[in-house]
Amino acid sequence: MMVEMRDLRKTFGAAAALDGLSLSVGKGEFLALLGPSGSGKTTLLRVLAGLEFVSSGSIAIGGRPIQDVPARERQIGLVFQHYALFRHMTVARNVAFGLEVRPKRNRPSAAAIRDRVAELLEMMEIGDLGGRYPDQISGGQRQRVALARALAVEPALLLLDEPFGALDAKVRRNLRVWLRALHDRMGLTSIFVTHDQAEALDMADRVAILRAGRIEQVDTPDAVSRHPANDFVREFMR
Amino acid sequence: MPRSHPPRHPDADAPIAGPARPAQRRWDLAALRRRLAIGLALSAMAILLVLPLVLIFTEALSKGLDIALEALAEPEAWSAIRLTLTVAAIAVPINAICGTAAAWCIGRFEFPGRALLTTLIDLPFSVSPVISGLVWVLLFGANGYFGAWLDRHDVRIVFALPGLVLATMFVTFPFVARSLISLMREQGAAEEEAALTLGANGWQIFVRVTLPNIFWAMLYGVLLCNARAMGEFGAVAVVSGHIRGQTLTMPLYVEALFNDYEWIGAFSVAALLSMLALVTLALRMLLEWRIERDRSAGV
Amino acid sequence: MTRRSALPGFGLTLGITLTWVSLIVLIPLAALMLRPWELGFAGFWASVTEPRVLAALQLSFGAAALAAAVNVPLGLLIAWVMVRYRFPGRRIADAVIDMPLALPTAVAGIALTALFAPKGWLGEALAPLGIKVAYTPLGVLMALIFVGLPFVVRIVEPVIQDLPVDAEEAAAVLGATRFQTLRRVVLPALAPALLTGFGAALARGVGEYGSVIFIAGNRPMVSEIAPLLIVIRLEQLNYAGAASLGLAMLAISFAILLTINRLQRRMA
Repeated sequence: MMVEMRDLRKTFGAAAALDGLSLSVGKGEFLALLGPSGSGKTTLLRVLAGLEFVSSGSIAIGGRPIQDVPARERQIGLVFQHYALFRHMTVARNVAFGLEVRPKRNRPSAAAIRDRVAELLEMMEIGDLGGRYPDQISGGQRQRVALARALAVEPALLLLDEPFGALDAKVRRNLRVWLRALHDRMGLTSIFVTHDQAEALDMADRVAILRAGRIEQVDTPDAVSRHPANDFVREFMR
Repeated sequence: MPRSHPPRHPDADAPIAGPARPAQRRWDLAALRRRLAIGLALSAMAILLVLPLVLIFTEALSKGLDIALEALAEPEAWSAIRLTLTVAAIAVPINAICGTAAAWCIGRFEFPGRALLTTLIDLPFSVSPVISGLVWVLLFGANGYFGAWLDRHDVRIVFALPGLVLATMFVTFPFVARSLISLMREQGAAEEEAALTLGANGWQIFVRVTLPNIFWAMLYGVLLCNARAMGEFGAVAVVSGHIRGQTLTMPLYVEALFNDYEWIGAFSVAALLSMLALVTLALRMLLEWRIERDRSAGV
Repeated sequence: MTRRSALPGFGLTLGITLTWVSLIVLIPLAALMLRPWELGFAGFWASVTEPRVLAALQLSFGAAALAAAVNVPLGLLIAWVMVRYRFPGRRIADAVIDMPLALPTAVAGIALTALFAPKGWLGEALAPLGIKVAYTPLGVLMALIFVGLPFVVRIVEPVIQDLPVDAEEAAAVLGATRFQTLRRVVLPALAPALLTGFGAALARGVGEYGSVIFIAGNRPMVSEIAPLLIVIRLEQLNYAGAASLGLAMLAISFAILLTINRLQRRMA
């Protein structure tokens, strides 16, 4: 198993955001976290990225426990819901950021960084946007920049928080297909959060349905829609 | 675009309005009202806010530019200018650095007492300048809590540069922190969190991500902080001791000259301070325009 | 104790902030809180109820309240014109509003004094009417109107900006005259902001020193403001007396601001 989450618990004040959640993700898998708002999807992603901390439970990535590893050393790529691009940097500088902040001894040369950035932008099909600023490109293009930026550091795990939430329907459909293809081509392990069940069924290898900080069911899209584990899942998948 | 009051529905007052072309008349009335309001507001501002400024420059130049410049070239005037610059050069950077630190911990973290800390940082703004000076005399003056000890060790704080700096720091305390805290809370932490997941350390996050986003607001705070530091009167008046050529900042020197009936000198130094105020206002307009852009929702 | 955040630097920056706040604000203000009581409560009370002190407090708070009361309609007019109308020179007028905040108080003080002095530009014009401004309590009032004006304008402006125009339009469509619309629709919506502006101008006026002392004339019992009395007591090395008066001023100011806050909350 690539990612092992065991009995994660976290509370915000009195409310439990994660309530004994356990989940495994295999290497190369594309897993969708599906659930209504407030079900703990985003919290789970932030916990995996190291931006939030659980009160109890354990997380291992590639067999290594990581709950005490600080976010900056986790090597996990996170694409934020609103992208969180650095607005005062060009697209190219955004993508280069993760490489440029590395300590000198394992930082690639300036030329190597430039090549890597060009390659990534090309792969994202935005090769000509390197010199633009985030406020000069469209929402779909920003999404690709955010993805390129996260992938630049070659993360072991890619997390996507509502990656298409801010885009209109047509752009969404195109990006879905493209993203899934990219995942397969690059051999990534990805977890993505959505509240749109069609999107989850369409893209994911497996779907995990969350309610109130717990997993209600994890299975293939086919199995989840044919054999919902309970009424909540049935209602939600409808 | 002029926004006069909306025209009324014709039916609404048709029975009331007798004269032939009611719509036309209403329009005239609105224009008249508009002119009257603008005229009143602008004349009040001219008399109350602009006239004093005009007077300062008129008085300073009443005997010609040479005389005014001569007054500024006096050794005592030079010493006042130097002292003012020195005080600002110490107080402003300290407040800017500490204010930025405060904005980081208040703007980026949740912790008990955060609201209280914010209130405490704002507190100096609601304290009289005289009290802002008084508190330092109570601590370090001849009869102050540490007065005797300082005297024994031959350290001078009140009636000397350190006192002026402390009083100035007190009155200019909130400027930078205040302009940064609200902006940082509005901007949110997403960019910093993104930098963190990409492997940046604290200093890299601050310098590469936070600082560019708050730069103009910081400059804005520093600008206002500096203007107040150089122009402060009440607080430094209390701790200065009024030793000519030694502990008179420019505003205190203006007072000394004015009380000695050195009219031209007083208004010449005042004119110099007014120019500082005008430059500050102009830069402020520019910065506000810039900060609006930073504030407009993130990408 | 703290909700852990993944961002670094909390301990360091909180440490710097607490040190800074303690050294520059808390410890000095603690000295102000402690010093008066070496006289005992009776001594403190005697010190702040001397006739000269009472006269000064009355002048400081009275003139500040009156100036704030003048600034409310004046500031409302200016704010209204700045928000609702477009006219040539508007940007400059907008910058001019902040003049009293930008101009060093001593500079404003001598300028106002020269303006209203018997031989000054305005003083000369007012003299035939029998109005003396400089060196009288009226001078104190003028100076406080000057320093307080931007507070009212800047607090009211954003509220006018957010005022829903459709309410005004609705009132107009219903046949209300402009005056009725203002009084029944606009003013109630602005009242909390006007009150806040009044409070801010008042608070500023009570403590004001530099722009007042030149024009006031500083005659004991007549035109002597409370902050000046603090300075005089310090010069006499009467620290406890100065601290008593300072503490009393702070206490009254906060009591007034608290009351205004309460009132405002009830209105909103």
